[in-house]
Amino acid sequence: MKMIKSFRRAAATLALAGTALTGSVIAEDIAVTGGTAFTQGGKGKVENATILMSDGKIVSVTSGGAVPSGYRTVDASGKWVTAGFMVSGTSLGMGEVGLSGDNNDARAPKAKDTIGLDVAYSLNPYNAVIANTRIEGVTRAVTQFGRTKDNWLGTGSVIQLGGTTADTMIVRGQAFISLSVDEGAAGSNGGSRSAMWASVIKKLEGAKPKPKEDAEADDKKDGDKKADKKADKKKPKEKTGGDKLLADLFAGKLSLQVNAHRASDIAQVIALKKRYGFTVMLTGAREAWMVADDLAAAGIPVLLNPLDNLPSRFDMLASTSQNAARLHAAGVTIAFLPPDTNNSRLVVQSAGNAVAMGLPWEAAMDALTVNPAEIFGVGGSYGTMAKGMDADVVVWDGDPLEVMTSADAVFIMGEEVPLVSRQTKLRDRYKDIPRAPGFKK
Amino acid sequence: MKNSDLLSGGLARAAAMSLALSVALAACSPDNTPQGEHVSIDRDPFPSSYTALPSETTVIVNATILDGKGGRIDGGSILIEGGKIKAVAEIITPPDGATVIDGTGRWVTPGIIDVHSHLGVYASPGTQSLSDGNEVGDPVTAGVWAEHSVWPQDPGFGRAAAGGVTALQILPGSANLVGGRSVTLKNVPGRVAQDMKFPGAPYGMKMACGENPKRVYGTKRGSYFSRPHTRMGNVHGYRQAWADAEDYQRRWDKYERDYKAGKDVLPPSRDLRMDTLAGVLRGDIKVHMHCYRADDMGTMLDVMKEFGYQIASFQHAVESYKVADKLAENKVCSAMWADWYGFKMEAYDGIRENIPFVHKAGACAIVHSDSSSGIQRLNQEAAKALADGRKAGVDISKADAWQWLSLNPAKSLGIDGVTGTLEPGKNADVVLWSADPYSVYAKADLTFVDGAVVHDRADKAKQRVADFELGHVGEGDVK
Repeated sequence: MKMIKSFRRAAATLALAGTALTGSVIAEDIAVTGGTAFTQGGKGKVENATILMSDGKIVSVTSGGAVPSGYRTVDASGKWVTAGFMVSGTSLGMGEVGLSGDNNDARAPKAKDTIGLDVAYSLNPYNAVIANTRIEGVTRAVTQFGRTKDNWLGTGSVIQLGGTTADTMIVRGQAFISLSVDEGAAGSNGGSRSAMWASVIKKLEGAKPKPKEDAEADDKKDGDKKADKKADKKKPKEKTGGDKLLADLFAGKLSLQVNAHRASDIAQVIALKKRYGFTVMLTGAREAWMVADDLAAAGIPVLLNPLDNLPSRFDMLASTSQNAARLHAAGVTIAFLPPDTNNSRLVVQSAGNAVAMGLPWEAAMDALTVNPAEIFGVGGSYGTMAKGMDADVVVWDGDPLEVMTSADAVFIMGEEVPLVSRQTKLRDRYKDIPRAPGFKK
Repeated sequence: MKNSDLLSGGLARAAAMSLALSVALAACSPDNTPQGEHVSIDRDPFPSSYTALPSETTVIVNATILDGKGGRIDGGSILIEGGKIKAVAEIITPPDGATVIDGTGRWVTPGIIDVHSHLGVYASPGTQSLSDGNEVGDPVTAGVWAEHSVWPQDPGFGRAAAGGVTALQILPGSANLVGGRSVTLKNVPGRVAQDMKFPGAPYGMKMACGENPKRVYGTKRGSYFSRPHTRMGNVHGYRQAWADAEDYQRRWDKYERDYKAGKDVLPPSRDLRMDTLAGVLRGDIKVHMHCYRADDMGTMLDVMKEFGYQIASFQHAVESYKVADKLAENKVCSAMWADWYGFKMEAYDGIRENIPFVHKAGACAIVHSDSSSGIQRLNQEAAKALADGRKAGVDISKADAWQWLSLNPAKSLGIDGVTGTLEPGKNADVVLWSADPYSVYAKADLTFVDGAVVHDRADKAKQRVADFELGHVGEGDVK
């Protein structure tokens, strides 16, 4: 199995990078040595770290540890080593070119079941944006839909950016249901926040599991009136699609991601969580800092773009680039949204800016690793460099949050990713301007 | 009087702008018909009402200074006096009464100039009412002027000042082949757009290559019979517009000749679109052309030669690296993002090394934003481009790279005589950074325009709060 997976990777690497493979197709045992490692978000600093990876997993991280035989050593002396970063709120793998390009699978304006949408059918591991993103140290992403006909935006999944099939990419499929209740959503879903919320609550009430006694009473009533035949007919149909997912939401199998910005809209989200008890995360969240304590008390994590500081809309008037710092200080778990999918890699720069605006560096590092891992329920396999975790490891030539720093080596699930993309190939082709660019030099 | 001043450059070139009647002495024509009044055109009907804000004599000492033209002084000083840069040197003795700022650990650079902004014309909040950036209706709307859409209360101006931006060009959008006139502003508060207008800055004119015009006109109207529908249709549109402008200019030239000869002649009909296009052909107005693809740029370089005008800059220019030699040869600047790409087909081949590769070819490279968010961190965009260039083997110093942010944009806007570098005599458009501005952690501590502080990170009173923000949650908050 491992061999097959790796062979696919090798084939993919050839197709994508056009680089000749010299090594084995079996996942290597790799030691990254000599760097300064941050093994747990921004914490767990290990100087002169020896990081051992085998069979796709972290074996150990030790200071100055010996490299067992059979391991290929990657020298990271003088460099920084972290877990691969994770970006939230993208549509990675669901479209190549936003405007006038291929089909944008992140938009589903004609879908009937707007809750049940699953990215798995759309994911393309060979999408060039994925390679552009992973070679810059972002190894994990949440990918999801941008638009449907209403304010239910399907489900989102956690992916790793080294896979060669949708199956191998998806780390946690349908990790959450996405819902928007912001100003734009209200405008196009009933025309008023009041109408929109009534419809959201009606939907959730309909999906809410019935208390046992009620269900039994219903059965009895039926039984009294007519024979077993009728009772058989009444037997609930097995739920599918969005209905099944909503039932799963109430059963705690996945969470609800809600997009809202205005503080009063966020207050409604908090109330929603209190009313139904399922797991809720907030996204967008321009004015979240205003209700930071309530969010912390309700245990609602927040996904945000730390650069947002303009009153872009009337539900965003209190936008500030200190949103991240203030939420963190209040005890809210945060993770970051990129400016857009193509710029998913810029989430790292955004994190740096959050630090410039008061977020502790360690917290920003957490928000790129352990926090999203926890929020999206993949913390058991990704986010830290603890023994047994997926070996997503990045070697940086400096502080990873700095704008002049870049990734020198990227490992995803224990395999080294060639630092090659369409962009690097264009770069190499045009570095010395050719007369005949179609030919190999 | 104003009209004759403006026309002193030569009557034969007297076309353009809004109609004004200047009273010429009624002479008699050769056939003794009395001549009518001479008609000339006011080329500056919306003059700048900018006045410099109060400034103090200021010395920043012991800072790392990048002079904006490739020079660097570690532990240097700069003297600002009367709104001008008075001296830049290792040691400057502060004049009596001067404010002395300790620059230890901090950096001083020329103010950032963004050549591509839609602040004011696509303001925050982004309501339909404030969406004033694109007069889509016709492929050639050369007669519209961005300054008539600029809302000086856009909170984005203040945010940009906090990012070290001291001047900026506001452009119309890129739906049209010819979108209209741009305006160059100083980043100071104003009640009307004219209060911000950069005195003496030439006008620019926005044009657009490629995908946008053909999409907007050729398909969005729901008819294949609308033009342009293709790139060749675009080029037809530009060329016909220039041909019309030549014709228009000839008519005005003839009017001037005839009037000078004493004939009783009527001036040509005024055409505000042609006024702007003819202004470009005369060399008075600079062309800034939205153009992504290398081949589109190549086409436009020939159109430029055919009609004898100069393209000041290609905007966005994600493929400039493919034709950087041609751009250098034709003296056309490229205004670029550090790493945006791929959001549409013509942006698909964007690479991170575009800016350093253009620089390396000896062409004029500019870092631009086209974004109310990006404009706040243009120093970081330059930093990324610099780092990517270095990794690709293009050795550029931090001092040289700053040209992308100040001097080159100033050149492309035609204001490099007065700003863009820290040279004595130039306007004191200066930024004091908390640290190396090529770091993500650096912030503009002080931004000066003409020696006046327009942003002070330590003083709430010098952090702009737009009218719109008053009385709202977040008023006066850290932004």
